[in-house]
Amino acid sequence: MNQTRTWLYKNLFSTPLNSGLTVSILYLLWLMIPPLIDWIFLQATWVGESRADCLPNEGACWAFVHARIDQFLYGLYPVAERWRVNVAFAILFLLFVAFFLSTVRRRWVSALILLPYPLLAWLLFYGGSWGLETVETSQWGGLFLTLVIAGIGITASFPLGILLALGRRSELIVIRSLSIGFIEIIRGVPLISVLFMASVMLPLFLPEGVNFDKLMRALIGITLFQSAYMAEVVRGGLQAIPKGQFEAAESLGLGYWRTMQKIILPQALKLVIPGVVNTFIALFKDTTLVLIIGMFDFLGIVQAATTDPKWLGTAVEGYVFCAAVYWLFCFSMSRYSLRVERKLDRGH
Amino acid sequence: MATKMIEMRGVNKWFDDFHVLKDIDLTVTKGERFVICGPSGSGKSTMIRCINRLEEHQKGQIIVDGIELTDDLKNIEGVRREVGMIFQHFNLFPHLTILENVMLAPTWVRKLPRREAHEKAMYYLDRVKISDQALKFPGQLSGGQQQRVAIARGLCMEPKIMLFDEPTSALDPEMIKEVLDVMTELAEEGMTMICVTHEMGFAKTVADCMIFMDQGKIVECSPPNEFFESPKSERTQQFLGQIL
Ligand SMILES: Nc1ncnc2c1ncn2[C@@H]1O[C@H](COP(=O)(O)OP(=O)(O)OP(=O)(O)O)[C@@H](O)[C@H]1O
Ligand SMILES: [Mg+2]
Repeated sequence: MNQTRTWLYKNLFSTPLNSGLTVSILYLLWLMIPPLIDWIFLQATWVGESRADCLPNEGACWAFVHARIDQFLYGLYPVAERWRVNVAFAILFLLFVAFFLSTVRRRWVSALILLPYPLLAWLLFYGGSWGLETVETSQWGGLFLTLVIAGIGITASFPLGILLALGRRSELIVIRSLSIGFIEIIRGVPLISVLFMASVMLPLFLPEGVNFDKLMRALIGITLFQSAYMAEVVRGGLQAIPKGQFEAAESLGLGYWRTMQKIILPQALKLVIPGVVNTFIALFKDTTLVLIIGMFDFLGIVQAATTDPKWLGTAVEGYVFCAAVYWLFCFSMSRYSLRVERKLDRGH
Repeated sequence: MATKMIEMRGVNKWFDDFHVLKDIDLTVTKGERFVICGPSGSGKSTMIRCINRLEEHQKGQIIVDGIELTDDLKNIEGVRREVGMIFQHFNLFPHLTILENVMLAPTWVRKLPRREAHEKAMYYLDRVKISDQALKFPGQLSGGQQQRVAIARGLCMEPKIMLFDEPTSALDPEMIKEVLDVMTELAEEGMTMICVTHEMGFAKTVADCMIFMDQGKIVECSPPNEFFESPKSERTQQFLGQIL
């Protein structure tokens, strides 16, 4: 009891100004929180057939989200085939669980996630063999599409960014200039224009008949774009490593790649975890821009659904739901990165 | 017959237009211990760093254990396998444990199997009397302990030559002795050593040859008794007068 009182005093009421701030903030919260709770929970409508079912209540029309949730998750993916998406994500989930629980075989689990898993997932998502019906990527959508783009974008732009960062510091002039040129050009251009170029201009340059998938083009665009940012983040880490580390590795006879792999990158990447995760989060949210090249990712499909005449007037609910889901993913990444940082702390 | 381990002939080096090393001639035979001293900025570090190609020389020849140092990466690799180097600031790898620090090069450069590398690492950690700290990280050790680990890390590659660049000058006085003891022991076992240091007591006990450098030149190169009793050049006398 006494402890609580000292805590309250020390943190909230130590000076008149502090007390004033505390009181006014409490008052603001008192004004805002109850109506918000009312809107989100108490007065909300949870099930219903159309917007009309929500009208009797003052609160949010979650019935809209409830009625459309399948579409939000899978987009236009054929209903009968959606189990394939579920299976693929279930396997990924199990692999992640295995990764977090195991302490010794982590290397193997990550190898599984990075090598055979994408092939398996592609087989399941796209089909076309093993007696699975083909589902064209134009039918992919919703949260499923968002996760595919973000997942591939993150796993591809990270190593690419590292290579670009190393290239930028290379002693070989050709490699260095190419890396600098690439990074500076990409960083000077908005992602939207990269996506437009990937989806509209790229096909113009390709020989006739060669038509490669729109999703693939978007993926390449996003990956290249984010890898340039990743490269600059990683470069910051590389520059922070003292020269002595390179010299010690050299004097022991380690070659360039071994030195990078065993000595420099582990230290440099640890330093830039916050920046790397920041880039991951940016990438995750930037996936919404595929909307403008006509793909319906999570945000796109929610937005499309709000224009359904049956549900007119539910845009706020749609966007709030969307924001909550994006926040959930981004916040988890941020928390996880904090954990990794703490774990890798070596006290120096 | 005495084998030549290091031979420098007419070595010159410039940093841009600054002439750091001027016509360096030096021959070290197997088992010899050289101690280098001289004022700050005289090129001592630069000279020994040329021996394992951490610095590149622009003129003259450096031949280490029969291999000439050129742009050829194979030669550089070959030389680095035979030459261990100890730095003023230890340069241990802070993200690896002591044991991993020592095992790293045997595992990835010598390609020893894990178990063998482990045994070897423990053997050398034992020799520098620090095997009980094997699982700690460098940040948890004192400076003297870190430098001994660095020596074990160098020795674990079983080099024919060890280079020391002011190994004790970043250490508190009470830790200097523990490092010098390890180095003395190494010298007594017949390791070929070149050591930049101003620890004159150590120099007197182990050196076969004292070198005094000034302004990029080897001014004096003589056995310790001669060097300390009757230095030939005036510059050496002055310098010794300052530090003794
Ligand atoms: N990378 C470099 N670029 C330019 N000049 C350098 C570089 N490294 C060293 N020098 C210069 O070369 C000269 C010799 O340096 P070196 O480190 O070999 O001296 P030193 O005898 O080891 O001195 P100290 O006792 O202070 O360690 C110094 O004047 C130094 O400023
Ligand atoms: Mg020096």
